[in-house]
Amino acid sequence: MEWETVIGLETHAQLSTRSKIFSGASTAFGAAPNTQACAVDLALPGVLPVMNRGAVERALRFGLAVGATINARSVFARKNYFYPDLPKGYQISQYELPIVAGGSLRIVIGDREKIVHLTRAHLEEDAGKSLHEDFHGMSGIDLNRAGTPLLEIVSEPEMRSAEEAVAYAKALHALVRWIDICDGNMQEGSFRCDANVSVRPLGSDKLGTRCEIKNLNSFRFLERAIDFEVRRQIEVIEDGGHIVLETRLYDPDRDETRSMRSKEEAHDYRYFPDPDLPPLVVSEAWREAVRAALPELPAAMCERFINDYGVSEYDARLLISSRDFASYFEAAAQRLIELNPAQLGNEEEARRNYGLAIAKGMSGLLAAQLNRAELDIAHAPVSAAQFAVLHARMIQEVVTSKSAREILLALWESPQTDESAIDAIIEAKGLKQVGDADELGGIVDGVLAANARQVADYRSGKEKAFNSLVGQVMKATGGKANPKLVQEILKRKLEG
Amino acid sequence: MIPYCADNFASIERMAISLVDVKRVAHLARLEIDPAEAEQACERLRGIFGLIEAMQAVPTDGVEPMAHAQEMALRLRADQVTEADGRELFQAIAPQVEDGLYLVPKVIE
Repeated sequence: MEWETVIGLETHAQLSTRSKIFSGASTAFGAAPNTQACAVDLALPGVLPVMNRGAVERALRFGLAVGATINARSVFARKNYFYPDLPKGYQISQYELPIVAGGSLRIVIGDREKIVHLTRAHLEEDAGKSLHEDFHGMSGIDLNRAGTPLLEIVSEPEMRSAEEAVAYAKALHALVRWIDICDGNMQEGSFRCDANVSVRPLGSDKLGTRCEIKNLNSFRFLERAIDFEVRRQIEVIEDGGHIVLETRLYDPDRDETRSMRSKEEAHDYRYFPDPDLPPLVVSEAWREAVRAALPELPAAMCERFINDYGVSEYDARLLISSRDFASYFEAAAQRLIELNPAQLGNEEEARRNYGLAIAKGMSGLLAAQLNRAELDIAHAPVSAAQFAVLHARMIQEVVTSKSAREILLALWESPQTDESAIDAIIEAKGLKQVGDADELGGIVDGVLAANARQVADYRSGKEKAFNSLVGQVMKATGGKANPKLVQEILKRKLEG
Repeated sequence: MIPYCADNFASIERMAISLVDVKRVAHLARLEIDPAEAEQACERLRGIFGLIEAMQAVPTDGVEPMAHAQEMALRLRADQVTEADGRELFQAIAPQVEDGLYLVPKVIE
């Protein structure tokens, strides 16, 4: 039988507030155990939660960015369960009335696009951490993380493969960083996914029984866990068995999922509205102020780059891979337009020519160097203005593209802030392109004399010999010769 | 809409609370309850449900369910760190600590 996979994701994004959701304790990562757990986080008697405005604002930013409905009134509820890292005996969450309802996200799978709808996003607090090793039969509890604000983002079960689930998770990850509500650090647990996976006969419109795979903290694990789980479920059903509604844990070492707990009893959380917290009210004025302060969103920016700068869709997607990358592009393109090295008269033409040059330079030269150095563009030692000047010198044929790479590397090694650094390096390293016809003519004569065989080959009709001769001239000038001029002079001399 | 109350009450009307329910709720709340206590609790709960049933008779069509007894909006505070490290003080009353961690009987899921 042919099977169809159905996946929905629940993602916990840790909101980037300074303080906790209901207390004034710090949320900074990596502090000594329990040094950031105050009386509220410890659930000492008599304490009351006070909501962090910053957490609400981040939830609003998210809701508006995905085109969701912002509920003017939302309600906090208690989710009751017992675990040592949850001192209150309940987690404050939102149940029937979340702050964000609906919305959607555009994902890209290869060259295919798909819209994934969101069910909701709600605010809640994180629990602490349990450490089960090395405490002579006891567990150690660190409550620094208890009370950290989370936004739980729930998708509709609209993904149909592990690949789609990963594309969705990546798009969501990029978005929360873009709108600056979550640092997205997956190693530190700031962004983690639970996957609801089920299978059904292809063509059926009834959902199969699902299993929830918990705490997938990398895209690779997400993909592998789903692949394993789908195979497991199909095998169980084809062997005549039934899937049990349960929570499963992915074990990356053994590359398998295993049962954590069955949902029958453990999941009776007995939600009820938290009497400590009246309903959260978001005024229209607040909502609209947050909307006005949102940055341009990736989808809109992608379209604008394609229309305004004439870059390909592929390059545009690369440029919007992060907000820093996109702003670097725009800053560099703007500077190059100001410099206008090709002296273009038409503004639109200028934007397209220079935008394209910068986009190509960023996806080639710069991206390669960033990868090699394992650096984020925000920490690139070459500024957008310097990158623009570098391209201006190439367009003016002051330097060759080979030399441009050398200049970039030199600046990378010993960074300077001023954009005049580019010209200084050209001068200091003597990288100015040899564009003087007389000087080049002399060099060409020398190369022709030393490569009599290639000359003979070329004259007997072997076109390939020509390229070899161009290469020889470039080598003789240390890569500084104007390649166009070299070809002209060579052709003239060979045919003359 | 908040269907908590509405839903729960509707189901209560249909089925009377049983000893099994009482034992299950006690287990969920980690309460130890002996059979005599369970009987007693069951009786009392039936009494409470009777009151709820009486309230169900009040027409509430078009009334928005309450989420809180007071008609007020949640107060918000600025996102600022205001709590200093008080670990030493808090751990002075903890039964057992080690390396800054609270120690508890081992629980593994």
